[in-house]
Amino acid sequence: MTSNESAVLGTQPAATPQRLPAAAGRLTSLRRRLGWVGIACAGIVAVVVLAALAGQFLVPYDPTVGSVTQRHLGYSAEHLLGTDQAGRDIFSRLLAGARTSLIGPLIVVITTAVAGSALALAAVWFGGKTDAFIGRVLDVLFAFPSLLLAILGVAIFGPGIVTASIALAVAYVPYSARVIRSVALRERNLPYVKAAELQGINGLTITLRHVLPNVWTQILTGSTINFGYAIVDLAALSFLGLGIQPPAADWGLMISNGQESLQQGFPEQSLYAGLCIVVTVAAMAYIGERLGGRAAAGRSKQ
Amino acid sequence: MANIIEVAGLNKTFRMSSKHEPVRALDDVAVSVREGSCMAVVGESGSGKTTLARVLVGLETKDSGEVAIGGNPVTASLKRKEQRSRARAIQMVFQDPNGSLNRRLPVGSAVDEVLRAHFPLTAVQRRERVAELFASVGLNEGHAQSLPSALSGGQKQRVAIARAFAAEPKIIVLDEAVSALDVSVQAQVLELLHELRRDKGLTYLFITHDLSVVRNIADDVIVMRRGQVLERGPVGDVLDRPLTAYTRLLLECAPKPGWKPRRGVIEHLNSEIAS
Repeated sequence: MTSNESAVLGTQPAATPQRLPAAAGRLTSLRRRLGWVGIACAGIVAVVVLAALAGQFLVPYDPTVGSVTQRHLGYSAEHLLGTDQAGRDIFSRLLAGARTSLIGPLIVVITTAVAGSALALAAVWFGGKTDAFIGRVLDVLFAFPSLLLAILGVAIFGPGIVTASIALAVAYVPYSARVIRSVALRERNLPYVKAAELQGINGLTITLRHVLPNVWTQILTGSTINFGYAIVDLAALSFLGLGIQPPAADWGLMISNGQESLQQGFPEQSLYAGLCIVVTVAAMAYIGERLGGRAAAGRSKQ
Repeated sequence: MANIIEVAGLNKTFRMSSKHEPVRALDDVAVSVREGSCMAVVGESGSGKTTLARVLVGLETKDSGEVAIGGNPVTASLKRKEQRSRARAIQMVFQDPNGSLNRRLPVGSAVDEVLRAHFPLTAVQRRERVAELFASVGLNEGHAQSLPSALSGGQKQRVAIARAFAAEPKIIVLDEAVSALDVSVQAQVLELLHELRRDKGLTYLFITHDLSVVRNIADDVIVMRRGQVLERGPVGDVLDRPLTAYTRLLLECAPKPGWKPRRGVIEHLNSEIAS
């Protein structure tokens, strides 16, 4: 175990001298990419994803049905994490809430990545007036705080997970588009793009086959980091009552619901939901940082 | 034989910023290249030889002047059709194969996509053609799957040459195409270029600062300095009986076996040019 410990402490894990069986070899390469902390984070994310996928089958109680006689129970073998102000099992609500807490950010991240990349790549390819026009539109979006823009979107199209997520994605697009544009612009001016242009290959093909794969790392890294922001922002929207609607379970909504209980001396619901958000976001951010940093630095290795 | 490239009165000025003097990269340049010949363009860095090449292939717009390839006037145009037809007429091999090949695309695909853009071939036919093109530049089919980073500098430049040939152009502009290669590889690539030209009846515009390479491959040569053509003619005439002091300086500076720096001569020639 000593060699493993040194790998946690040191940044450069030593090369393993002897040949390892395939599974162990895979673990080694994973450790090199993520480090032990990263693997732990991946484990956390895996648990959350599992909860999101299978949570509804694993819950000991119906997360939406409570009992007036069972309000604000402490933790016990029956109710692992106690019950909330409506007598609903907190553990069951956390499990069930994982799904909405992940689906929302997933919609945000995918919409942001697709729209942001499309705008950035179009701006870079056409340049000139198109670039300037897209730039100005993004500047206008920049002027609004992202949460305010999302609230505006929800106010127009009505509350709900999908509208809230898309409204938030609109607010995120300028940030991601700006980063992708700057990276794509550098690629655009490299000789290989000029060479492809000279060979009579059309702009769309060049953008998709040449430029996109070379900015993919940035898109991916940006997405993992956006995911963390999106969980927090969507939780905020749910907290404000604009995202997911009660009685459905959602971590952000649970913090909001726990507000009154908090004042009455029952912090469990808000605390556990908040903890779930913090741990998930931190794990995601760490993995993103690690993979992004690695991929960007190891680019020449390929 | 007819002239396949005809350039007359070509001007191009670069303005970096208001602080700097504008640079006249091309100053009333006139060039004619016979079909099937190899024209070398020599000159020091910043003499305008690369700008000339970039205007010819359409990477740079001209300020004024006439440029015609195969009798058709050349404009830097964004029109898709013109770009395609120009790609069929003239291709370019860049100086640095590391930059001119996409580092994330297998080199076979880089050639394949040129075929796809220009010829109505099936996937199988294209694969055969790629193998053929690779074979013609001395690479085997296995190389097609490699990323550029897995190939040596010489191999990468061979890929770049194969890619330039893929669209079956009549003219190939070689911009310092062998300058980045070491001498033995350089000789192989020059030999290859010579054979390909003989077999396919191509026209080369060969841009270089290396006069020994010029002797090896070119029929005619123009000498450029500060955007102007100083001297032109058959290689033998220009290199053996240079008319201008600048050409003599270039020849004097070219390293030869047993060459020793002779300060006096170079300074003398420099002062002669300045006057």
